[in-house]
Amino acid sequence: MMEARINVPAKAARNEPFEVRLQIRHAMETGYRTDDTGKAIPRNVVRNVTCRYNGDVVFAAQLSSGIAANPYLRFFVTARSSGELVFEWVDDAGVRVTERAPVIVA
Amino acid sequence: MLRSLALVAACVAAIAAHGQQRPIATDALRSGLAYVGADVRAMQADDLANPGFLWVQRGEALFTENCASCHRDAASMRGVAARYPAYDASSSSVLDIEARIDQCRTQRQRKPAFGRESDDLLALATFVTHQSRGMPINVSIDGPARESFARGEAFYRQRHGQMNLACTNCHDQNYGKRLYTETMSQGHGSAFPAYRLEWQALGSLQRRLRACLFGVRAEMPRPGAPELTDVELYLAWRANGLPVESPGVRR
Amino acid sequence: MKRRRFVQGAAALALLGVRPAQAALPTIPSLDAWLAGRAPRFERIKLSIPALADNGFAVPMRVIVDGPFAPGPHVKSIRLFSETNPVSDMAIFEFPVPIERVEVESRIRLAGTQQVVAVAEMTDGRVYAMATEVIVTLAGCMDGT
Repeated sequence: MMEARINVPAKAARNEPFEVRLQIRHAMETGYRTDDTGKAIPRNVVRNVTCRYNGDVVFAAQLSSGIAANPYLRFFVTARSSGELVFEWVDDAGVRVTERAPVIVA
Repeated sequence: MLRSLALVAACVAAIAAHGQQRPIATDALRSGLAYVGADVRAMQADDLANPGFLWVQRGEALFTENCASCHRDAASMRGVAARYPAYDASSSSVLDIEARIDQCRTQRQRKPAFGRESDDLLALATFVTHQSRGMPINVSIDGPARESFARGEAFYRQRHGQMNLACTNCHDQNYGKRLYTETMSQGHGSAFPAYRLEWQALGSLQRRLRACLFGVRAEMPRPGAPELTDVELYLAWRANGLPVESPGVRR
Repeated sequence: MKRRRFVQGAAALALLGVRPAQAALPTIPSLDAWLAGRAPRFERIKLSIPALADNGFAVPMRVIVDGPFAPGPHVKSIRLFSETNPVSDMAIFEFPVPIERVEVESRIRLAGTQQVVAVAEMTDGRVYAMATEVIVTLAGCMDGT
């Protein structure tokens, strides 16, 4: 189970940007490390992160091994109407995660 | 204001109890935060950016699943970590938080231990420690804990490894000075379990001690070795009064 | 609680102070390939990274593109490039829906002292860029755990 932390304000003001924070538990294995026997540990990083707001992609991030382990993202979304943020990401191993957070717009 | 009063009271009590001078005077005690860069401090200070919370979150889920049936809720753990390591009568030994959790698991729950340095145990230990966040460290070295404390102090003062360095050489005699590009801290364990940037993960105080021993080119005791718990107790006594930082972030 | 968070945030922002911008980019093949001859403007985009990183494994990074944008072109994407990492393309942040507050924070890995470049591409093809140098030191001790 890939641990994740999502933070969205309790209430967002209509037509104003609100802050989104996302932290994902992931080693972001670079592919350059070797194990104790000298064998290369294969690369496995979180590749694509998308944030959909009531169905539309409002933010997307394509990450690489240049992003630190346990990737952290802070970005903004303009509040339009109450609904839901749906986050989705996938890593090199093909593990796909979906998380949701409600948005209340006043 | 209240916190500094409690701090003074705790320290007076500490000194009165063992009549032993601590290597660093109470008012000169500084958290490791004073010796890291501003970005590490900022990372720890912001709960929404602090990666340690990924483990606190996991620990909370594990606590609810495994511990809540007896321990009710997180609030019941408040103040516990501030008193650890502590002497445990049933095993006649000093236990750190990780050992105490696994003892509960194997003896009372009759389940397989999580295991030292396992992710689940780290998460649980972090969650439990987090409940003491901000509270002054207050360990006892009285009575049966005294032997472990004495061993820990001896280990701390003894030179180790190819570099022939004792903990006291850096952390009592040279804190604030540079070791290559890093500023040496006073060597408190008050922020552990901590997210260490070098590990790219959260880890235990025992792991940090082992890393330091590796750094002076000494053989590392295995995780869970009694000498590591002895040193943990000594360090906690030495840091009595400093607030528990959890989850800590260090470089 | 809310006020404390604001103060913390402000303190963190102060740390990531914007340093004087350079008007030239380091040579990075994948960046040059992506620019495809376009000349970036060295304005409007602010890349903030501490001048001295505590540890190359996790270096805080913030990039902001100054508005206002509406009704004109808005930011389509922001790309991050590393000068000396084995993989020079660090990240692409995309904004499929126009947004007024273009600000992204993350933590990056830097394999040694180098320059990092942030490039913003607008919907009209215009490109803004900023490069900043980060000093990355090694740990004081080896960690064998």
